[in-house]
Amino acid sequence: MKPPRFAYHAPEQLDQAVQLLERYAGNARLLSGGQSLVPMLNFRLLSPEALIDLRRVPGLADIRVENDTVCIGAMTRQRAAENSMLVSEHLPLMIEALGWVGHLPTRSRGTIGGSIAHADPSAELPMTLLALDGAVVASGSSGTRTIAADDLFSSFFSTTLSPTEVLSEIRIPRMAAKSGHAIEEYARRKGDFAIVGIAAVLEGSAGACSRARLVSAGVGGRPLRLRAAEDLLVSGGLSAGNIAKAAQVAQDSVDPTSDPNASADYRRQLTGVLAGRALKRAARMLENSHHG
Amino acid sequence: MDDHVDISLTINGKPRRGRCEPRKLLVDFIREDLGLTGTHAGCEHGICGACTILFDGQASRSCTTLAVQADGATLVTVEGLANGDKLHPLQQAFHEHHALQCGFCTPGMLITALDLLNTIPNPSETQIREGMSAVLCRCTGYEGIVNAVAAVAGKLENAD
Repeated sequence: MKPPRFAYHAPEQLDQAVQLLERYAGNARLLSGGQSLVPMLNFRLLSPEALIDLRRVPGLADIRVENDTVCIGAMTRQRAAENSMLVSEHLPLMIEALGWVGHLPTRSRGTIGGSIAHADPSAELPMTLLALDGAVVASGSSGTRTIAADDLFSSFFSTTLSPTEVLSEIRIPRMAAKSGHAIEEYARRKGDFAIVGIAAVLEGSAGACSRARLVSAGVGGRPLRLRAAEDLLVSGGLSAGNIAKAAQVAQDSVDPTSDPNASADYRRQLTGVLAGRALKRAARMLENSHHG
Repeated sequence: MDDHVDISLTINGKPRRGRCEPRKLLVDFIREDLGLTGTHAGCEHGICGACTILFDGQASRSCTTLAVQADGATLVTVEGLANGDKLHPLQQAFHEHHALQCGFCTPGMLITALDLLNTIPNPSETQIREGMSAVLCRCTGYEGIVNAVAAVAGKLENAD
């Protein structure tokens, strides 16, 4: 229950972190808040040759709005994001998501970028990034590239980031003023990872839906867009009947696996139930946004 | 090969220095190197909350933090709560409301409660239960803990 030995580096510039990643050729891990990495080291699930601590790299914890995009530094603490006026104003879904991430004492240290790069398939922040059509900036030796959320998550705890890239920033288009959103989740204990989580974002007016995002966590190796249900909402509108149909379509569209926490059938049924609740709440919020 | 790291931090108002392996957990550094054994190491993977301390004013798990990450930080542990022989109001309330039995979780409970009340000075019972759910207690059934935190709610003036 103690970490194995590793070499420790705390570079003061991002390019030095990249150079170190290259030097260790895939055998180093980046340390951000450590709320997932340190437990994995304690369990000895990982034995990296080196840890590269990003805490001294300047500018990785800023939050700013650039045109219509909210840019969140990867090292932004989850608790700082939760308290950020910019995030509250432009990304209220992320505030709701953060309330589900661990507990306040883990959010004090855990970072937005760390959680996304960790890519736990049950985690709320990767689900939220996908539901908001967000992207991440990856910094490597040949410069930076932007990776859309849908192209980022590959499978359980793995992403398309290369072993020599640093996830340096999260970029999320600010949410439409007239929109509805909700997160529903079930876990056995408050603060645990979700058995199933659902994020819904709806835009439109008067019962019509111009754009829908319905994303699951916990029902596959990565967060999933439930596209068949999204399409049905856009074509069929936001009546109670069509929301119920979309929830059923969501349930039928997922193919979860069984594990000691929950059976595949249970996860499938939860997907439908939680999708129904999330869509109902999001649709009501959308309607209210037009009467505000 | 000496790969040890130097650590300077402020704990319970006092500057302290130490030198340890980079893999040393903050909870072990506090207990073994700084000799402050009030902070308890329980699950060592961030679930039970017994090791919770204030890290730069915010409740944090010291078992999922490396000591080296606390270089330059300001920490408060359970030893920093009482004022001489006078218990902190939260400690007094835990005593009066039977909010502990074996006491293993209590250091984490107290620090978590302190951060909760610094963040939400007058929490509802629901907010207290949600906030305190960050720490596991196997003795009390939580009633006494919730009552103790409720008894102090609104009475702390920026306490830490």
